Amino acid sequence: MELKTIPTERVPVRYYEGGAGRPLVFLHGAGGLDMDLGFLDSLAKSFHVYAPLVPGYGDSEECAELRDMLDFTLHTWDVVDRLGVRDPILVGFSMGGMIAGEMAAVAPNDVSRLALIAPAGLWMDEHPIPDIFSMLPFELPGYLFFDAEAGARIMSAGANMSDPKFLQAFLVQNARQLGAAGKILFPIPERGLASRLYRIKAKTVLIWGEGDKLIQPVYAGAFQRAISRSEVVMIPQAAHLAPFEKPAEVIGAITRLQ
Amino acid sequence: MRFTWFNLMPWPYLPDDFREKHHSVWVDIDSNLFDPAKGHQVYNNYLDLLEYAGKLGFDGIGVNEHHQNAYGLMPSPNIIAASLARRTDDVALVVLGASIALYNPPLRVAEEFAMLDCISGGRLVAGFPVGTSMDTNYCYGTVPGLTREKYREAHELIKRAWAERESFAFNGRYTKLRYVNLWPRPIQQPHPPIHIPGGGSLETFDFCIDNTYSYSYLSFGGYIRGQALMQGYWDRVAERKAPDDSPYRAGFAQTICVADTDAEAERLYSKHVSYFYNRCLHVYPGFADAPGYRTIKTIQKGILSQYAPQTMFQQLPWKELVDNGSVIAGSPETVTHRMEDLIKKLRVGNIFCLMHIGDMPQDKCMHSTRLFAEKVMPKLRHLFPEYSDDQRFWCKPLAKRAVPGSLPVESEPVGAER
Repeated sequence: MELKTIPTERVPVRYYEGGAGRPLVFLHGAGGLDMDLGFLDSLAKSFHVYAPLVPGYGDSEECAELRDMLDFTLHTWDVVDRLGVRDPILVGFSMGGMIAGEMAAVAPNDVSRLALIAPAGLWMDEHPIPDIFSMLPFELPGYLFFDAEAGARIMSAGANMSDPKFLQAFLVQNARQLGAAGKILFPIPERGLASRLYRIKAKTVLIWGEGDKLIQPVYAGAFQRAISRSEVVMIPQAAHLAPFEKPAEVIGAITRLQ
Repeated sequence: MRFTWFNLMPWPYLPDDFREKHHSVWVDIDSNLFDPAKGHQVYNNYLDLLEYAGKLGFDGIGVNEHHQNAYGLMPSPNIIAASLARRTDDVALVVLGASIALYNPPLRVAEEFAMLDCISGGRLVAGFPVGTSMDTNYCYGTVPGLTREKYREAHELIKRAWAERESFAFNGRYTKLRYVNLWPRPIQQPHPPIHIPGGGSLETFDFCIDNTYSYSYLSFGGYIRGQALMQGYWDRVAERKAPDDSPYRAGFAQTICVADTDAEAERLYSKHVSYFYNRCLHVYPGFADAPGYRTIKTIQKGILSQYAPQTMFQQLPWKELVDNGSVIAGSPETVTHRMEDLIKKLRVGNIFCLMHIGDMPQDKCMHSTRLFAEKVMPKLRHLFPEYSDDQRFWCKPLAKRAVPGSLPVESEPVGAER
């Protein structure tokens, strides 16, 4: 995958591109793309993959003008437009799934294939989604990974919170990335998508780690009921980070859209 | 010098094992710990203490706003200030402050402050905090990355509502009002003096300098730790070429305990100080700083929340808290000496005296307050004589004010000339 930059109306956008085949746009989750690079490499064996970063993620420029859900949705359409891609397979993971769902709902005639991997965007009082914003780094693996201990080792590799330089870099990254994500996810990751899902015309696959403790699999049913041409694929021995934990199975499910 | 007696209003019944057994004193504080009947006593005790300080010669009595917080029982500072307005007569009411971004519409703050200014006869000193991340983001749900933009808009609305004499339309991003027409209006014109509590962000420094507001650092870390931050402020005052560097452009909150001797201070107050630092400041660090609340520029300057894990208060013994300046405690001589050191090193004209601490009972609090008012304050009044006539940052009450409780005697014929 190659990291590139493309101008948009509001801000230059960084994106990864690689592979050949049918175009596929992947929208990352609130944690950014770092942990999905392996997954994208595998995906690029079958598709021409584009994976843009939300402004503020990685080394990309922040964009104060992106304030609400409509801003995020239209901005991401602008990115797809600038990439010169038409009717890509639209894939979104977690926060990216929320954005992809909105994109497919506001422009239903422009998306014919949609894959939502553990998307945010709905809220059920009886199944509250934990507050990732107030979690300390050591609390996250338990919600994200099927094997929390292995996840903790992966996430803490190279991290040293008692080193002030590391801490400052960590806090700056958090402020940039989760600061941007908070515009659509804080304090409750729901911005009215439920009332717009009926508009989606795309053939849709809803992919979920069976052991997801962040956005519980019960949400798959709620999306499925609201999107007319949708099916659910549950992935065993995976939690929220299914693309990282079970890339082959997730890619297999996306491939069913062909 | 101006001294404001400040009460955070802590809940005094947190259990001994609070730190071990409970997640946080703030945001998700266990609401079973609140007993409303005890709350009745606590509020009235604290109001009595504020009124007591008002009679001892303090320039102001101060209240502030916190939500879902067991060391701050004032979700609405204006309710407390309103009760004080009627029971005090010549002391400033320092509301430090109302978190303007949290009111919908923020015009509510302009109205309530105008009411307080009218009821008190122009004794209001107003405060506009952005609010902590715990309050604004976690308790009141404001999106962290939009908090400051919302705050700036609320400020603009309130300032215009106070200044303009004709109804106007306000088309903000967060508030849209067709008819802004403030009624009642504040006595103090163009508006009451404004103090801004801050935690070191550069944006807030500049905001104060540019608007001629006083910058207040309300830290619990004491003046020795606070020095670097206040120096940053004064450097900024110079950099931005403010017309002067009056010490009244700044304020500082300091925990203070006075007794007859240093040893007596420790004997009387150490357990209450320990209650405050070890129970009341037990804030879950995940609530300290929602990502996006603090700007990148501020984080890069190394300014962290005082509740962040790396800056959090550990279990500290009395001697250390006193030595490191978190608490200024001792005999009137010791306290005078250290207060003078604080005032000069930080160059602050406004002192917010935190004199009710933790679970301190009334009698001890009154003792400490009286000693401070009688034996410490008079010795510090002379500082910064060259700025003694700087009135920009303090209230200007009416010379002739109403006396509460002046109803006519009912036996007189109705309508009789008096």
